[in-house]
Amino acid sequence: MTKELEGLARKARIYALTMIYHAGSGHPGGALSAMDLLCHLYFREMDYDPADPGRPDRDRFILSKGHACAGQYAVGCLAGCLPLAELGGFRKLGRKLQGHPHVGATPFVETSTGSLGQGFSVAVGTALGLRHRKIEARTYAMIGDGEIQEGEIWEGAMFAAHHRLHRLCVVLDYNKLQSDDLNRNIMGVEPVANKFRAFGWRVEEIDGHQFDAIEGAFGGFNRETGRPTLILAHTTKGKGVHYMEDRPHWHGSVKMTEDNLRQALTDLNCNPETIGKCRDGTIWEESLD
Amino acid sequence: MTDANAPQLIGMAGDSLREAFGKALVSLADQYPDFVVLDADIAGGTGTHHFRKARPDRFYQCGIAEQNMMAMAGGMASTGMPVFVTTFAVFCLRALEQARLSIAYADRNVKIVASHPGLEVGPDGASAQCLEDLAAYRAVPGMTVVSPADPHEMALATEAVLRYNGPVYMRSGRSPAERIYDASHTFELGKAHILRSGNDVTLVACGSMVSRVLAAARTLAASGIQARVVNLATLKPVDREALVTCARETGCFVTAEDHNIHGGLGSVVAEVLAQHAPCPLEMVGVRDTFGESGEPDELRVKYGLTPEAVVAAANKVIARKREAAS
Repeated sequence: MTKELEGLARKARIYALTMIYHAGSGHPGGALSAMDLLCHLYFREMDYDPADPGRPDRDRFILSKGHACAGQYAVGCLAGCLPLAELGGFRKLGRKLQGHPHVGATPFVETSTGSLGQGFSVAVGTALGLRHRKIEARTYAMIGDGEIQEGEIWEGAMFAAHHRLHRLCVVLDYNKLQSDDLNRNIMGVEPVANKFRAFGWRVEEIDGHQFDAIEGAFGGFNRETGRPTLILAHTTKGKGVHYMEDRPHWHGSVKMTEDNLRQALTDLNCNPETIGKCRDGTIWEESLD
Repeated sequence: MTDANAPQLIGMAGDSLREAFGKALVSLADQYPDFVVLDADIAGGTGTHHFRKARPDRFYQCGIAEQNMMAMAGGMASTGMPVFVTTFAVFCLRALEQARLSIAYADRNVKIVASHPGLEVGPDGASAQCLEDLAAYRAVPGMTVVSPADPHEMALATEAVLRYNGPVYMRSGRSPAERIYDASHTFELGKAHILRSGNDVTLVACGSMVSRVLAAARTLAASGIQARVVNLATLKPVDREALVTCARETGCFVTAEDHNIHGGLGSVVAEVLAQHAPCPLEMVGVRDTFGESGEPDELRVKYGLTPEAVVAAANKVIARKREAAS
């Protein structure tokens, strides 16, 4: 089970990095830190039908840290929500995969994000709407650690607890880095777990790269009957690529060179010649082994 | 039995647009069983207290947290129901970016209804007198922008925006409003309504300025000037055809709005005229300044939003038209 997810996460990392390389821009660090959590969500946790993305009782996932969407697109592609041919169009004119998720362009994306804090509120509203309409579906969102500096997060956190939205699960990809520097050098966010507990949330604190721990945390969420859940997942920004790990500039302000990509693919046990399989702006010709 | 010591809500006795809105929501609730209403701790100010009382199961109190409320409205609408989100116009500015991304860009069926627009807010002062909302919301792609003229039209517009599937920003109003329309009036989203015919000048207004422009037209008529009066309740999408026809038939315009002259109704009309039917235009509105405390009528006098100001602008623009023709 875990081995299968590890394999999928490896492929998703390869896809995401190759997409970002061919796009000429993007946000690799946060996509890599979130990838194991995204794989668990799409392959183990959520109830949805890739062939029927509008099914009313589907579970919803909202990537509030929208800049990490290369990760969501890659995992969504592996899960059958998106044809492989679309990945080469990431961030390209006239194509579906926008630089930040857009519900109007991509079928399995639930809302448009890219302005931090908003996806969290949309998820709260979605959970409330589903409950209002008596639809037994769950709502998931993923936020970043820098994102909780937005006041809107705490407005939404207060609302979700007040209204006891226990079918809402928010995953915090806690990689300790934001755009310019470490959280603690920009504006300290600790104690994160206790802040959410004080706001009335159930908090599960785990290693966000350990699939057994991830499964256990979602199990806790699914047993909860009174409170919204925060899964505080400790992660490594740039996970899986040695020169990106824990380096703030790989958040999104650095352009990946061909050498960067070759090195990354080597780290991920992938033949560097694979980069040729994604032709600029057109299609990804075949699946990776 | 009434309690003489019970607190009285200010403005509730009057015939305000916010009251008309709140009562319309109640009367629409049976016919439209899906919509819900969100409020940020000012249901007594937006008129939605009527709906809260009548339909508590369809009313959600969001607390003093407008940014979360606005984005949440987008999320709720995504589950398949129309959502009314209500607060003061100034707080809609606070949550403008949420309205932009999570409602307009996501194309959600959300109706943002804003009370307390413009100087008609009165004594609360400049912090609450929103003079920028029409300009800001008009600039958001896909956003329909509406400002009804009287309580009857407010009720009709509430149903019209509910029947329309898409994002809407609509002004209501705080202070008692003059009745303009009788029960025979119909409202069509996107259509200008001609209230008075005349070929010397077109007076275009929205919201609380429509009744003032009608008063101005009566004064002008006494001096032999026949003014056409247009209620442009839908600022976006604008009824271009109607404005172009008015331009051809009257040759000059005055716009009047309880809003900054930059970016609101005057700008809407100027954009249409400049591109499709150039002719002289004068704008009545707040001239790029903040308001202050005072009663609405006092403020209108001080800031030039009176029928007299419209008359003066009409005389000036007619003179410009004649000068251009000679």
